[in-house]
Amino acid sequence: MEEHVQLTPLERYVTRIGEKFGESAIENAYINELAKHVPTLVIQKEQWKEVARFLKEDESLHFEYLSNLHGIDYEDRMEMYYHFYSYKHRQNLAVKIVLPRENPSVCSVAEIWGGADWSERETYDLLGIHFAGHPNLTRIMLPDDWVGYPLRKDYVEYDEEV
Amino acid sequence: MELNLDEIAPELREELNRNVLFTTVETVKGWIRSNSLWPLQFGLACCAIEMMSTGGARYDLDRFGVIFRASPRQSDLMIVAGTVTKKMAPLLRRLYDQMPDPKWVIAMGSCATAGGPYVKSYSVVKGVDQIVPVDVYIPGCPPNPAALIYGINKLQEKIRYEAKTGKRVTNP
Amino acid sequence: MLRNQPPTESVISPAPEIRTEEMLLNVGPQHPSTHGVFRLVVKIEGETIKEAVPVMGYLHRGTEKIAENLTYTQIIPYMDRLDYLAAMTNNYVLCHAVETMMGLAIPERADYLRIIAMELNRIASHLVWWGTYLLDIGAMSPFLYAFRDRESILDLLNELCGARMTFNYMRIGGVKWDAPPGWIEKVANFVQYMKKELPNYHKLVSGNEIFIHRLAGIGQYDADTALHYSLSGVMLRCTGIKWDLRRDESYSLYDRFEFEIPTAVEGDCLARYWLRLAEIEQSLRILEQAVQQFPADGEIMGKVPRVIRPPAGETYVRIESPRGEIGVYIASQGKDKPWRLKLRRPSFMNLQILPHLLVGANMANMVAILGSIDIVLGEVDA
Repeated sequence: MEEHVQLTPLERYVTRIGEKFGESAIENAYINELAKHVPTLVIQKEQWKEVARFLKEDESLHFEYLSNLHGIDYEDRMEMYYHFYSYKHRQNLAVKIVLPRENPSVCSVAEIWGGADWSERETYDLLGIHFAGHPNLTRIMLPDDWVGYPLRKDYVEYDEEV
Repeated sequence: MELNLDEIAPELREELNRNVLFTTVETVKGWIRSNSLWPLQFGLACCAIEMMSTGGARYDLDRFGVIFRASPRQSDLMIVAGTVTKKMAPLLRRLYDQMPDPKWVIAMGSCATAGGPYVKSYSVVKGVDQIVPVDVYIPGCPPNPAALIYGINKLQEKIRYEAKTGKRVTNP
Repeated sequence: MLRNQPPTESVISPAPEIRTEEMLLNVGPQHPSTHGVFRLVVKIEGETIKEAVPVMGYLHRGTEKIAENLTYTQIIPYMDRLDYLAAMTNNYVLCHAVETMMGLAIPERADYLRIIAMELNRIASHLVWWGTYLLDIGAMSPFLYAFRDRESILDLLNELCGARMTFNYMRIGGVKWDAPPGWIEKVANFVQYMKKELPNYHKLVSGNEIFIHRLAGIGQYDADTALHYSLSGVMLRCTGIKWDLRRDESYSLYDRFEFEIPTAVEGDCLARYWLRLAEIEQSLRILEQAVQQFPADGEIMGKVPRVIRPPAGETYVRIESPRGEIGVYIASQGKDKPWRLKLRRPSFMNLQILPHLLVGANMANMVAILGSIDIVLGEVDA
């Protein structure tokens, strides 16, 4: 802690990840003032899996707790939002990943954080984001024969009158 | 068994005259059925908690002969307490089919009645009467225990009325 | 008759060992101890569970989608219906999210009213859990006691906001109704009553030898597993992690109160049972202090614009509900309706550990393990 005393948590994360994966892994980094000043990183989609493992296992980061995970449909793009907490360092961290609107796919983190398992299934179910490497990526909330992804902005109900 | 009325003491005969009444079997059946309604213990959502409160200490549903059964085979009343989703609807119908006749349905709360606050949802059935025939609708979100008791009383009334008159109480 | 005859050589099969068949057992969605429409497909061999697959979504009502077409104030009633046992905390988390985005200040009196309402609701929620959990594992009378005392709480909340369960009490920037005259005294009386009543709960159940044997060592896991599966609330605290958002990421006025965070190290069903009852005690402590500190007068609504339009951006806040960490994520585009509302539901996350806890467990313990997680299906399925 002493040698990092001048660095804010955000700067520390950025340097740590930058050292390991190169500057290109982080697309953007800022403090989200609206969410109780949580440090937010936008990670490049291709390197997310390695960065995720690093986030959990690195001693100076040690984000062992996944609080929340979900996707957002912005009509021109999809975004994934992860909220982590480190009980060791008492730090919050938000991670965002930008995905294309067509065939969005991101690698699964279910094997790193077991808590991601059902949340990823839910995101797949309602938003149609594909999680590569997920052990059991099936619909969780809706019946298996459901058509479409309801949380997408362009979703049209096929049986509105029922 | 032979019963010689002359051997009965006059005061006892007087008593019998006052207490024996004639009625139809149907009425007796209606009376019995209405006073031992056994609902299926089938909670769907928020209303189920109010249903539990009704069975709890203060409202005490047992005094109306209403005892919750865990199996549809033993019950003759289905209280649809909560939101029916499209995923749940086939199962609800199956539970209804598993109940022996005669059977009744109470749609408790606005979700079961017509979709309620979730009427615009993509996954909610807008009224359980699309799946099973409903006898009594109870408004409220959720209806409080007194409302549920009132609904059950209405159903009892209905059962007795139908048995007594042979008419069906239906929606217009 | 045939059985008594000595078997001939040809009938006896080599190495007569006890063989059991694997069997699929379907529990739910209509099952009294799943607390709603939760389904569990269990593969059992004899009495031992080999595999358990939870199936949910039978109460998926699409709250998140509905919320996208509603103004922020209109979403509050839907929050009630998520975790219908603790609607006040759900009210609060949404208001808190919007207030965080807009940087609104809440009047002190409103904050106290919120805390009193939330803590009363927390006790009511734990009472329902206590009653139904014991009902699940075979004790009938605790249910009656729990619901009797819960009714007193519901009476208080009913007087405050006119509803027994789905309160719709909090507004962005404050609360809807002020405390009626004499209400605070009634809360104070209830706290005293409940303090005297709680030892009876322990007398009735907690020391029972059969009960303890039924729960001790059942459904056990350690702290690392708990963190791995994103457990929160009592599910986390039963493994020894002292973590309560009310203290550790203090919101509202919780930093003004003295209270303990009960923890246990066993990580089993019995530990969770004790923790929930201990939490009732702590909630009573908070209530006692809140009633004492309650300001004599003041506003109950802060200065809020007529149309609530949080600035464009996103927020994620989390608070401690009776079931654990409940969070709300709002993506706003500066309009009066959210672009995306995501609810982090503690029951949903806590339930994830269930299939792992059940493997190798006895079938009869399934109900004990499932009940100890304390799920509310409205929240699991959202």
